[in-house]
Amino acid sequence: MLSKSQARAFFLGGTVVTFLIFIGLTIYSLAPSNDQTNHENITEQVVKGKHIWETNNCMGCHSIMGEGGYYAPELTKVIDRRGEPLIKAILQSPVPWAPNGRKMVAYEMSDEDAEAMIEYLKWIGEIDLNGFDRIVSPLARERMKD
Amino acid sequence: MKYQSQKIAYWFFALCMLLFSLQIVYGFIMGFARIGMDGLHDFIPFNTARAVHTNLLVVWLLAGFMGAAYYIIPEEAQREIVSVKWAYIQLISLAVVGVAAITGYHFNIWEGRKFLEIPRELDYLVVVNVLLFLGLILATLFKSKRQTTTAMVLTMGLVFAALLYLPGMIWFDSQVTDSFFRWWVVHLWVEGVWELIMGGILAFLLIKLTGVDREVIEKWLYVIVGLTFLSGILGTGHHYYYIGVNKIWLVVGGIFSALEPLAFLAMALFAVYMYRKGERNHPNKIALFWTVGASIVSFIGAGLLGFAHTLPQTNLYTHGTLVTAMHGHYAFWGAYVMIVLAIISYAMPNLTGRKRHDNTNGHLAFWLSNIGMLGMVTALGVAGVVQVYLERRLGMDFMVAQEEVKIHFVVMLLCATMFATGIGMYIYEFIKYGRPTDEALKVPAVEEDNKVLVH
Ligand code: HEM
Ligand code: HEM
Ligand SMILES: [Fe+2]
Repeated sequence: MLSKSQARAFFLGGTVVTFLIFIGLTIYSLAPSNDQTNHENITEQVVKGKHIWETNNCMGCHSIMGEGGYYAPELTKVIDRRGEPLIKAILQSPVPWAPNGRKMVAYEMSDEDAEAMIEYLKWIGEIDLNGFDRIVSPLARERMKD
Repeated sequence: MKYQSQKIAYWFFALCMLLFSLQIVYGFIMGFARIGMDGLHDFIPFNTARAVHTNLLVVWLLAGFMGAAYYIIPEEAQREIVSVKWAYIQLISLAVVGVAAITGYHFNIWEGRKFLEIPRELDYLVVVNVLLFLGLILATLFKSKRQTTTAMVLTMGLVFAALLYLPGMIWFDSQVTDSFFRWWVVHLWVEGVWELIMGGILAFLLIKLTGVDREVIEKWLYVIVGLTFLSGILGTGHHYYYIGVNKIWLVVGGIFSALEPLAFLAMALFAVYMYRKGERNHPNKIALFWTVGASIVSFIGAGLLGFAHTLPQTNLYTHGTLVTAMHGHYAFWGAYVMIVLAIISYAMPNLTGRKRHDNTNGHLAFWLSNIGMLGMVTALGVAGVVQVYLERRLGMDFMVAQEEVKIHFVVMLLCATMFATGIGMYIYEFIKYGRPTDEALKVPAVEEDNKVLVH
């Protein structure tokens, strides 16, 4: 029968081994040669867009790359689906945008902020998501078929 | 109650009850917004309600774990907490940081990173607070001659939880890296170190409630937490499938996260088996229900419902849908809410000297909240599956699919009302009969009475 010290060895051993593998895989997948994000395309504007994304907690309603709230549409391929002009209008709208009854906060963004936001969303849209992009954007799926 | 300083636990539990009720209020705000009743939009938009709802949950669960530690550690270490005064200072600062964060969310002061919305300035205060807490617990253990496995596992969970908070505080320019390390906090908490905390509390309760030999219980505790880390650390990969990192995670995350339910299964078998083996007939039936209930419901909510969407082939379609919300509710409920309610139910009669062990109110609270929660989760699950089918398989527009699932939120709100009634009864019981008394110090705990009877 298993003894208490064997059980402890199982706990400590398993933890150390899997943790080391985890660190190894982390280094591997964040290595520049394995980049799937077009890291070099992260411009100042994209960073600014990320900052606006965070300080307004857009993720509290929307999801991006499948992460966030489930109240409002997934935004991974949104520029692709809706086009820049519409997105800009939504971000700058003085009244809550609510085409289907569900309201978005009216952010009334400046030109500069809205453009940074769009650059950020464009950068997101180019990331290789291992196939998820095709699932969340019917348009991308159509293109894959052609 | 054997030690004067165990009374600190009461105030942590009181904070739990307060924040838990607020959490439910914000849940209702979101539920109503989803069926078109969003009259509060200008003051509490959905993202505010969501951040408040989830952060209150995390803060009150942490307060519950801390309260549990202040109750359990003196008994395990057989001495008083080193400083009662500092423990109260720690409690107050925790409450202040929590309330400041929640208030800020109403004024667009936050960080917009799911579950870690607390702004970085406040993060530093959180760190100080947790260091103070750990300092008190570790000093108490250090000064004691008795170091039990139960106390060690519980403390280890708390120390690791603190360490893992740090990667979430680093700023990254890339959303992908940001998200990568956000999971080091969120996933490695709930599917890693928090399970140690849960296991520690569970072992303590089983020792007290069933009377099974400590050595036996603690041996299995090691096996359980061993399974947790063995599967849970590499299981982090199930959040890395589709966020823009290497495909290797589809294999590693898929295999290891599929093993995660084993730890929860072990926990359920452990509790049920010890309960049957135990010869002690502990009168605190309510604590027993919550304890065994936590082990079973966590297996369903975290284990089975987690498994249901953890394979990459499935997750490709369910990722970021209401299916996730369904699992999130039942997993948090079964594993962490129920274990905190269990330790509170066990501790209260000992802190007060009142034998509220087996009353109708307490049983009703258990059943109403559990059946209500099961109903909510079922409604969310149906909504989630319909959403996946319409939106992800048929390519229907997001908002069109949302209209289709609206009706399920009406059902969810009805079940939520039942749930809230149960929790209301639990809190009523806590307020009415919960205040600790010094006389309780003189009343020997039931276990001591029992030892004489059984052996
Ligand atoms: C008590 C333990 C657990 C808790 C509290 C919990 C809670 C949660 C929460 C809140 C989320 C949503 C996270 C987000 O999208 O930001 C989530 C996601 C997820 N959980 Fe768990 N979980 C637990 C255990 C498990 C287990 C054991 C498994 C697997 C067997 C699992 C599989 C998943 C998967 C695959 C996702 C990602 C869903 C998606 O792609 O949208 N969980 N969990
Ligand atoms: C009256 C009861 C409750 C109601 C009406 C409610 C409703 C909701 C709603 C509408 C959401 C947002 C989903 C979205 O983004 O669209 C949510 C999120 C969440 N709630 Fe609740 N909730 C309630 C109680 C609870 C309880 C008791 C817990 C903990 C056990 C809990 C844990 C969570 C979690 C973890 C999330 C985030 C889920 C995710 O992102 O996947 N809720 N809740
Ligand atoms: Fe996870």
